[in-house]
Amino acid sequence: MTAVLELRAVSKTYLDGADEVHALREVDLTVEPGKMVAVMGPSGSGKSTLLTIAGALETPTAGEVAVAGRPLSAMSRDDRARLRRRAIGYVFQDFNLLPGLTAAENVALPLELDGMSAGKARAAGLRALAELGLTDRASRFPDQLSGGERQRVAIARAVVGDRRLVLADEPTGALDSANGEAVMRLILTACRGGVGAVVVTHDAQLASWADRVVFIRDGRIVDRTAPRPGPDSLLTEQPAR
Amino acid sequence: MSIRHALLALLSEGPKYGLQLREEFEARTGEVWPLNVGQVYSTLQRLERDGLVESGDDAEPGPQKGFQITAGGAAELAGWLRTPPDLASPPRDELVIKILIAVRLPGADVHEVIQTHRRYLVELMQQWTRLKDEEGDLDLGLALVVDAELYRLDSVVQWLDTADGRLRRAALEPPAPSGAPVPRIRRRTGLRR
Repeated sequence: MTAVLELRAVSKTYLDGADEVHALREVDLTVEPGKMVAVMGPSGSGKSTLLTIAGALETPTAGEVAVAGRPLSAMSRDDRARLRRRAIGYVFQDFNLLPGLTAAENVALPLELDGMSAGKARAAGLRALAELGLTDRASRFPDQLSGGERQRVAIARAVVGDRRLVLADEPTGALDSANGEAVMRLILTACRGGVGAVVVTHDAQLASWADRVVFIRDGRIVDRTAPRPGPDSLLTEQPAR
Repeated sequence: MSIRHALLALLSEGPKYGLQLREEFEARTGEVWPLNVGQVYSTLQRLERDGLVESGDDAEPGPQKGFQITAGGAAELAGWLRTPPDLASPPRDELVIKILIAVRLPGADVHEVIQTHRRYLVELMQQWTRLKDEEGDLDLGLALVVDAELYRLDSVVQWLDTADGRLRRAALEPPAPSGAPVPRIRRRTGLRR
């Protein structure tokens, strides 16, 4: 099965004045279709850089990135832009919805930008909203929605159309725990539908929704969770005293 | 955990048999804390001795013996619900002790020790979250128990993150001058360098 995302020995170096800053150092990461991978690390560890490189928003200094089996280095700038619109969905902490567009228009926007007719894009947007239980919010503007609803609209926009990869940066940021849990369930549901997801976070409760967790520090992946036995093993402890 | 008070709570709903008490205890705690029937009967005997429950007849403890709560038992339960558990003094937490030892042990990499525990805790949290995802919607008691466990484990991960950062900063800063008197609060809580 082709991985939806593959990073091979990816490094990213910035120049800060005369100093070299190593934001990523030889990172290997594979995300299979249907899986959610969490990247956990403190601020400044390189996890957001990893996400922008995985999303074809930045190019690595060294190494190779492939999305849905296609190496980004072999693609033209236009092809990369098309891949970003069609195959990759983004979820940000602050939702990034356009305030002058309704929920349905926000969700349909990436499809329209990709050349789909307005009618078809709107129908696809409404389907994505319906899947997230937001049909009755479709014609509302972002400032008429609660924080939890705005993030659900942002997730609808990230999974609309034929998206293969969802990239989320602290997606439950300012939400309360119930809405945060709802957001993670929706991303997980999208994964069970076949997309792959990378969720970047410093929050262990958030990371624990993922199938795998990788730990990043100083630009390096330093550790990964092992596959664990099913949850039933939690319930065979000693009897209560 | 107080089985004694859990049984009083179940009996406050009406008279019940021992086996029924065991089944209801397990169901209401999301079946996270299994209870053997011997524990139920020995606890009921002690509750009866203390006048907090009474049995319907003089039968031997067994499946046919019913129990009900007394007025004293109801008062005991009401008092217990409002009594805070002892959280005032720091527990002798094994993980805290391991990190304190790793800081001073020659040749030990405390950051690697911290990461080992962080990974293990996140793996445990993945299992609890999976359980909540699969069964939490069906069982409110289980969802409450899983939330409590996730917050408990999360607080340990947060402590490890904080300790990791504090140790990294300390490694870059000069050590504090020695010979300063130990603050009184430290002596009182039994914490020593």
